[in-house]
Amino acid sequence: MRIKGKGLIDRSRSIPFMFDGVRYSGFEGDTLASALLANGVRLMGRSFKYHRPRGVLTAGSEEPNALVTVGSGASQEPNVRATVQEIYAGLEACSQNRWPSLNFDLLAANDLAAPFLGAGFYYKTFMWPKSFWEKVYEPIIRRAAGLGALSGQDNVDKYERAWAFCDLLVIGAGPAGLMAALVAGRAGADVILADEGSRMGGRLLAETYEIDGKPGHVWVDEVQAELEAMDNVRLMTRTSVAGVYDQGTYAALERVHHHDGRHPHGAPLETFWRIVAKRSVLAAGALERPVAFRDNDRPGIMTAGAVRAYLNRWGVSAGKNVTVFGNTDDIHRTARDLLAAGVHVAAVIDSRHDAPLSDDYPVLRGAQVCGSSGRKGLEAITVRRPSGEERIQTDCLAMTGGWNPSVHLTCHMNGRPTWRRDIAAFVPTPGAVPGMVPAGACNGSFSTAACLREGIAAAGEALADLGVKLPEVAVPEAEDTPYEIAQLWAVPGKGRAWLDFQNDVTVKDVKQAAVENFRSVEHMKRYTTQGMATDQGKNSNVAALAVLADATGRGISETGTTTFRPPYAPVSIAAIAAGAEGRGFRPQRFTTSHKASVARGAPMIEAGLWYRPSYFPKPGETTWRQSCDREVRMVREAVGVCDVSTLGKIDIQGPDAGAFLDFVYTNMFSTLKVGRVRYGLMLREDGYVMDDGTTARLGQHHYLMTTTTAAAGDVMKHLEFVHQGLRPELDVCFASVTEQWAQFAVAGPKSRDLLNGLLEKPLSDEEWPFMACGPVKVLGVEGRLFRISFSGEHAYEIAVPARYGASLFDILAERAEALGGGPYGMEALNVLRIEKGHITHAEIHGRTTAFDIGMGRMVSQKKDCIGKTMSERPGLEEEGREQLVGLKPVGESKQLLAGAHLYNEGAEPTRVNDQGYVTSVCYSPTLGHMIGLGFLADGPERHGETVKMVDGLRGVTTLCKVVDPVFFDPEGGRVRG
Amino acid sequence: MDKLIAKNPCEGLLPLTIGSVTLTEEEPGVMTALAPYKGKEKDLSAALKAAHGMAYPAPNRATGKAGSRAVWFGHGQAMLMGPAPDASLAEHATVVDQSDAWAVVWIEGEGVEDVLARLVPVDLRPAHFKRGHTVRSLLFHMTASITRVGDRAFQIMVFRSMAETLVHDLKTAMEGVAARG
Amino acid sequence: MRITCPYCGERDRREFYYRGAATDLDRPAPDAGEEAWENFVFLRENPAGVTRDLWYHEGGCGAWVVVTRNTVTHEVLETRLASEARS
Ligand SMILES: [Zn+2]
Repeated sequence: MRIKGKGLIDRSRSIPFMFDGVRYSGFEGDTLASALLANGVRLMGRSFKYHRPRGVLTAGSEEPNALVTVGSGASQEPNVRATVQEIYAGLEACSQNRWPSLNFDLLAANDLAAPFLGAGFYYKTFMWPKSFWEKVYEPIIRRAAGLGALSGQDNVDKYERAWAFCDLLVIGAGPAGLMAALVAGRAGADVILADEGSRMGGRLLAETYEIDGKPGHVWVDEVQAELEAMDNVRLMTRTSVAGVYDQGTYAALERVHHHDGRHPHGAPLETFWRIVAKRSVLAAGALERPVAFRDNDRPGIMTAGAVRAYLNRWGVSAGKNVTVFGNTDDIHRTARDLLAAGVHVAAVIDSRHDAPLSDDYPVLRGAQVCGSSGRKGLEAITVRRPSGEERIQTDCLAMTGGWNPSVHLTCHMNGRPTWRRDIAAFVPTPGAVPGMVPAGACNGSFSTAACLREGIAAAGEALADLGVKLPEVAVPEAEDTPYEIAQLWAVPGKGRAWLDFQNDVTVKDVKQAAVENFRSVEHMKRYTTQGMATDQGKNSNVAALAVLADATGRGISETGTTTFRPPYAPVSIAAIAAGAEGRGFRPQRFTTSHKASVARGAPMIEAGLWYRPSYFPKPGETTWRQSCDREVRMVREAVGVCDVSTLGKIDIQGPDAGAFLDFVYTNMFSTLKVGRVRYGLMLREDGYVMDDGTTARLGQHHYLMTTTTAAAGDVMKHLEFVHQGLRPELDVCFASVTEQWAQFAVAGPKSRDLLNGLLEKPLSDEEWPFMACGPVKVLGVEGRLFRISFSGEHAYEIAVPARYGASLFDILAERAEALGGGPYGMEALNVLRIEKGHITHAEIHGRTTAFDIGMGRMVSQKKDCIGKTMSERPGLEEEGREQLVGLKPVGESKQLLAGAHLYNEGAEPTRVNDQGYVTSVCYSPTLGHMIGLGFLADGPERHGETVKMVDGLRGVTTLCKVVDPVFFDPEGGRVRG
Repeated sequence: MDKLIAKNPCEGLLPLTIGSVTLTEEEPGVMTALAPYKGKEKDLSAALKAAHGMAYPAPNRATGKAGSRAVWFGHGQAMLMGPAPDASLAEHATVVDQSDAWAVVWIEGEGVEDVLARLVPVDLRPAHFKRGHTVRSLLFHMTASITRVGDRAFQIMVFRSMAETLVHDLKTAMEGVAARG
Repeated sequence: MRITCPYCGERDRREFYYRGAATDLDRPAPDAGEEAWENFVFLRENPAGVTRDLWYHEGGCGAWVVVTRNTVTHEVLETRLASEARS
């Protein structure tokens, strides 16, 4: 029911919206909850477990009941709090957790079964048969219990992440926060003021308080206007600070377009902020707690503060005939506000025996509400007085059990709040978060004047830390009513009295937990699910632990709270991960030949962040194998071209470059001649192989190291560590030049023919023997040439500055084709190297030593190097170790599979009989059968033996002959020829 | 006779204007990584000054001006951008050609700091990050070099191979800022 | 979490790669014996309190940094370049 003349809504702007398929209208400034209440809608949802009819309980982000689904299809958003969702033209909201409809919910039958569904029911009931859990119980429970549903479609909305920095972050823009921001702003500090509401002001918008003789909201507007005019202050509305992290990092969620339903191109629905603040003022306010009594969950029963908020901020009376119940003077204020607005107040039930009386409304002192009735909304309450019980007709009960300061953020870094008996509430423990000062209601100071004072003081404290001078600020005039409370948590009696509305936890459940010895508050929480719903028990945790304290005969302080963890308010995963979906998942690295490879139809595969061509299909080829086999033959018979730019290239220079390389490689590099390349092996300090690659000596103090594509980053990090951490005395510098050079392998008997057309001078074996390197001019451009070979053929790698890469690839590929060759991809590259027994990270997978891969002699005895000492541990070079071998099928099955294990021919394929495993396999078009590399116990001594390869997963058994890992051209004649 | 044709890292991707912010590819000229030998930083700085008119930059700073700049590029390293390095520099430092290794873009306009605040975990607001300031930091998932080169202008560098991701990430952020109006 | 890089200043921890205890800087001589090497490669303290560890400013300047911090309070007490921090 809308009250004439009340509220901060714009009545000139009527806004239509839909709820459960029915069209309603509200005004600009309304939330979904206020607009529905104005339209007389009290029933807004069903409870989680018992499917009880529920209405709105609060007017803020802590709302446990009024959760709705907004929108439909891919942008459908479940569990939206109707108290937070602002209305806009075209808003479509639906109630949740009901079937077929909100009014008639079949699962409400759960409520009748309530005696069986208490705390621990699931744990006790669904224990057996064991197999039933996954197939029967869980699906049924999931269907019956739950909140809104996801659409199951990809999210179409954009989300965003961003960083912000400030001297002072003020969290909450009620009287304390506004005052703190004003003081800091005037002092010239760099300030961010964040508030979760759509409008700044906090409780000042919901109450009839005056500041400096002006209505509270007018004062708020004036302060806000002053802050907006300051360049050094940033105001963030609709922004919930959700978490506090080390060294002044705060997480905050900004709702950018939830309130207007607009989707301008590129606009985010939400922005997830990381705010880095040198200091912060917490002015988060307080949350009102309900009182537990029998059937206290009917639609129409609300917190008193919410009733005032709907009345004063939104001009809505939550009922026509209101009763008020509680244990502080707030209930009298509620009654007065209602009466002033012309709403009938049937009774004020004050649990305090010394409660003030009134001439304007009946006051029942020392009384408690002990029950309610009404089918889908409140119709009457039962009041218990010393003289007996009495029924009062009412359609709205405004209740309060006092206020809980919002201490949550002060506890995110392991802090625990302190119990204050005089206000029956927990308050922040000073210093709980370094650099954060709490002020106002969140600090247990509830009067407006106290909030203003503490806001100024908190800003002063922060400014002093920052070395900023505090300006003169007068404390505005405001009410300073003392807060007097008589503890009231649960009204004794039969039936179910709700604590946690969202998870359907009752007083009985908490007592049951205590009886079953779940006496620790953390155990009680998990046993009953108290506080584990999306509202995290903001209204109910303190009352629940008070009930637990009572049931276990301990004090509240001694019982303590559960742990407060981020986020304070729900944060969507989409916002936390914003931008990292699709192409934003990780950087994509493209080689200069990428476009040409794609144009040639090559499927691209990921290699780390890089994309590399798998193979280059020709017309008529229908399988990858056909293309791969052709490319292998092409390299063996003519010439192939392959982009190898993705290999890590590290430029190493300085007088101590050689000494440095001797220390990181197992073999010697200081002795390498200028103009020559050497294969090198790198160990980890524990003696296992880290990476391999070739290193070229370009000058006296100048080397160029190559790493595998996969390990490029790790090797760079390793080199920097060895230099900075272990050998800082060495005068040596590194620079990654991976990106500077486009490099192509040109491999095959016709490789020299191909290159001779591009270089100034024809290549000869005398000037360019195997493992030679040096500068060349490539079609007039300064480049580098390396006579190295991964394929085992006469081959080169040619490098030009990357700007010319695309052009050089086209030229090389065309010229290769003219010679009967062409480009080749990763599949052929892999086959070529397996045929030659060259290892990759399939073999040097982190558990193999130089000894295992047959390179034990590469660990130089003339010097120390990383990993050397530990590589000499007896266990790492002893008999029985699995060592590198080649494998070829000799039995009926011709199939080899990487990952399969090796056994002696007659042995059972069991773990104890394991002799080794297969690491790399391929079909060799050169040899006409499959070949494989693997590790076999004492492998090098077993060439010629037959072993059994068993792939248990894929059900393949193949007899293999153990051979030398170099299948093709073992003498290496081709590479030199 | 074939001829090698040069291509820029961001070819076909830029320029791009969204809202008030414009993103263009820069032609940085020659880029040279300079890493002073042990104890040679002062000598290098003097040589740099004599040959190219700017000092070796202190950490987080860039020296010189548009077209001839030395940008601090991390631990023990600076990037000389623009001129071909004078031979004298090699006496005091390793000199590595990096002209082709980096995609270099220029982003400019009202709200450019808001765009970068969506990607870079460093405070780049004018009061804290002035002209001549530079950082090595992250741009979303990429390591980057970011230098303020004007009141509303930044030079951003990432690995050449990541040019497409750079443009993708900046474009997404530019759209988000532009949509706020 | 924020770490002050001796070069770059205070930065978010996502710019850093974590390696482990700063004892990695104290590499024994090749002939220091089995126990010294086992300690160096495999054995680590797990203190509730002050610890020194190595972080690499990978998303920044590339410096290896020794960070002294408290695992209980999460305070960062000191940061130094690894190249200058060897004991
Ligand atoms: Zn750094």
